[in-house]
Amino acid sequence: MENFTPYSALAGGVLLGISASLLLLFNGRIAGISGILSGVFTTSNSAEKVWRLLFLLGMVVAGFTYQLLFPDSFVEREDFPLSLLLIGAFIVGFGTRMGGGCTSGHGVCGIGRLSKRSIIATVVFMTSGVATVYVIRHVFGAVL
Amino acid sequence: MKQNLLALISGVIFGLGLCISRMADPNKVLNFLDVTGNWDPSLMLVMGGALAVTLITFRFILKQAHPVLTEKFQLPTKKDLDTRLILGATLFGIGWGMIGFCPGPAITAIGFGLTSPYIVVVMMLIGFLTHKLLLDKG
Repeated sequence: MENFTPYSALAGGVLLGISASLLLLFNGRIAGISGILSGVFTTSNSAEKVWRLLFLLGMVVAGFTYQLLFPDSFVEREDFPLSLLLIGAFIVGFGTRMGGGCTSGHGVCGIGRLSKRSIIATVVFMTSGVATVYVIRHVFGAVL
Repeated sequence: MKQNLLALISGVIFGLGLCISRMADPNKVLNFLDVTGNWDPSLMLVMGGALAVTLITFRFILKQAHPVLTEKFQLPTKKDLDTRLILGATLFGIGWGMIGFCPGPAITAIGFGLTSPYIVVVMMLIGFLTHKLLLDKG
């Protein structure tokens, strides 16, 4: 467990909670990223598009600024198979829409309002995520 | 106008949370999911930190008659479990375990100036669209 970073994990988590609280308190919206992103394309209402795009822009700006202040904090993975990246990302997109949420919408906001659906969804995607990594790393023995 | 500014500020805080907690690093996420390997429990504390806030604030917020800047809270309406929820969450977990990116970190990682987050976001969008065409008609 030498990679365990409890303090930065907690601090970052608290920020996620504050962000979700602000969005709900002021705008009445759930900070679920897959829903915010997909909504950009499914709504024809321009006000709906704008707030979603601004939230997403804020996230990108945060990433850009962090990497600027702390250069090379996040680097490209070497030798990560492109096919795995393409297929995995497609399944993430398809699955989050089918299940109505991702780690933020179900995991942070849904559990935060004690939604039964979100609690179950979170247990399910954590379990299938663990199973998938187990198969990739320990059955096939791939070091990814 | 205020709503848009609030959305932007919330997005910045969310993105910073993902950078500081290093959840925008897909290897860190995969090491969390690798419970039988060299396990990194950090993600659990990220969720714990977030939930410590939302479990308290949401109770208070949802007792208000309406949000500060809008007329009503827009919450998911479904209450019951169904096949789509379970199957969708299962698929999401599989994809997450393959790449170590979920939607939030993938968006934030666009700001890092690396190539793979663009690929991930584009493929995610194609996944959204495919779902829309196959299962969410009309």
